[in-house]
Amino acid sequence: MISVIRQLTQDGEERFCFALVLALFQNFLKALLLPGLGIVGFLLLWSMAASSINTSLGAFPGPKAVAEQLQNLYLEHQQEREKEAAFYQRQEERNAKRLAQDPNYSAKIRPYTGKETFLDQIATSLITVMSGFLLAVLVAIPLGIAIGLSEKLNTAVNPVIQIFRPVSPLAWLPLVTMVVSAVYVSSDPMFAKSFIVSLVTVTLCCLWPMVINTSVGVASLNKDWVNVSKVLRLPAFSHVRKIVIPASIPAIFTGMRLSLGIAWMVLIAAEMLAQNPGLGKFVWDEFQNGSSQSLSRIMTAVLVIGVIGFLLDRSMLQLQRALSWDKSTELR
Amino acid sequence: MQAFLDISNIDMVFPTPKGDFTALKSVDLKIKQGEFISLIGHSGCGKSTVLNVVAGLYQASMGGVILDGKEVNEPGPERAVVFQNHSLLPWLTAYENVELAVKQVFAGKMSKAEMAEWIEHNLRLVHMEHAMHKRPDEISGGMKQRVGIARALSMQPQVLLMDEPFGALDALTRAHMQDSLMEIQDELNNTVIMITHDVDEAVLLSDRIVMMTNGPAATIGEILEVNLERPRNRLALAEDREYNHLRSAVLTFLYEKQRKVEPIKAKDKSRVALSNAS
Repeated sequence: MISVIRQLTQDGEERFCFALVLALFQNFLKALLLPGLGIVGFLLLWSMAASSINTSLGAFPGPKAVAEQLQNLYLEHQQEREKEAAFYQRQEERNAKRLAQDPNYSAKIRPYTGKETFLDQIATSLITVMSGFLLAVLVAIPLGIAIGLSEKLNTAVNPVIQIFRPVSPLAWLPLVTMVVSAVYVSSDPMFAKSFIVSLVTVTLCCLWPMVINTSVGVASLNKDWVNVSKVLRLPAFSHVRKIVIPASIPAIFTGMRLSLGIAWMVLIAAEMLAQNPGLGKFVWDEFQNGSSQSLSRIMTAVLVIGVIGFLLDRSMLQLQRALSWDKSTELR
Repeated sequence: MQAFLDISNIDMVFPTPKGDFTALKSVDLKIKQGEFISLIGHSGCGKSTVLNVVAGLYQASMGGVILDGKEVNEPGPERAVVFQNHSLLPWLTAYENVELAVKQVFAGKMSKAEMAEWIEHNLRLVHMEHAMHKRPDEISGGMKQRVGIARALSMQPQVLLMDEPFGALDALTRAHMQDSLMEIQDELNNTVIMITHDVDEAVLLSDRIVMMTNGPAATIGEILEVNLERPRNRLALAEDREYNHLRSAVLTFLYEKQRKVEPIKAKDKSRVALSNAS
């Protein structure tokens, strides 16, 4: 790079070069240096604050304790996987032996019932949040479009939405638990009840931003486009499919991003309260466990929850960038 | 002979919270097939309202519009509209914007290949074949308006309605678009109603210029026949006595007979009405 710059300088393009270097530096500043400074600053403050807080479970975990726990949790996960593999191997050998002695023996295969590791909990939480979110999308977007298209429907439904929107997930949870227990009865359930409970709670809470944003997007449809549709005499269904939905895509995505953020927050709270498998349960279990490592494990979980939430939001943003026609609004 | 398009004594009254507002009063105009009509008048005089009634987007309070023996009571592709701000769908390319219209209008009447040929033909007509797979935000204002015209032409309308089609363009682009429009008009001989603010544009393009009085209760003030020979050339016409005479006739109407003094606090419509008394 420097040799190239020198070359250019010799060619007498000093000013161009200077501008180039400045631009590179500014990009570097913006993309890496400033966020890096922010993170370093936070780590410093954190470790300073942590060392001065003492709890009944020992000192508050600093960055170092969290890094250690991150490693521990990963090792535990690997050990658990090895145990599982060993369990299945033993089982297979045992079955093979008995089958050799008695050809009529029908082998029983028992699943491994070890403790879920941190990584298992992450996977459970991710699956739950995505399922609950997708269910909400399936309900919210058609509902939002219907409300946006019909002034009357909006007037009728709006009070209900406004009342349910601010309800905390924790208030829904007991009701959802009881209803799911009563309704979802099956001798061979496809999904665990705890999964359904978490899913429904997530859906109920992340429905509203999507409904509201979609309906606002549809209702504020550009009047010229409506006129185009009228002049072409597009039938109602084509009007919705070819004009209304594409026009509301930016608003729909805004709602979806808000909703996914809420879904993730709600899920952790629901898992904690209901003891449903997932990251929330991990945090609660560690809290109840109360060992000297608990706080640092909880802090690790907090950071992981944050990072996953951030990544979910970024993936939604990338999806929006890829699918939305509206490139003019700056997405951040 | 019966008129091809008969705008028959229309009144337009809008209900407002302060009582009814009469925008148009007894607007009556008969248009021959293949005629190019300009509607000119000060802003707010109800030119767009006339156009919207013909398009079927508004329903006249009194009177009505008859096109080729049939009454107009809803919008339809036989009265295609070129909107002021192009109103292309931003998520579709130029080609797809025209395609939406062609698919809707010619469904069952054209094969897929014929449709594709027809779409491209219309885009060629407005000289947009080089950028037909670009989206509206990738092309200039003049190009967007061209695509808007191609979309309207592709519906093979009986009447083409244009609401200040070149109002938002810079002067050079506008002149270029006017030349294009004359060229297309030579070829297709459409019946056109065009709203404009621009006196030169009106004289250059029209067979008749319909001058409207100021609102409220606006109506047709004068109609000016433009018998300049076609094809018309803007440079040759600049020196033409007839052209300059027509031009000054329109200017006289707008700036003497219908002089509009915009009050600084333009809330009170009745004050505008007073200044129209001449």
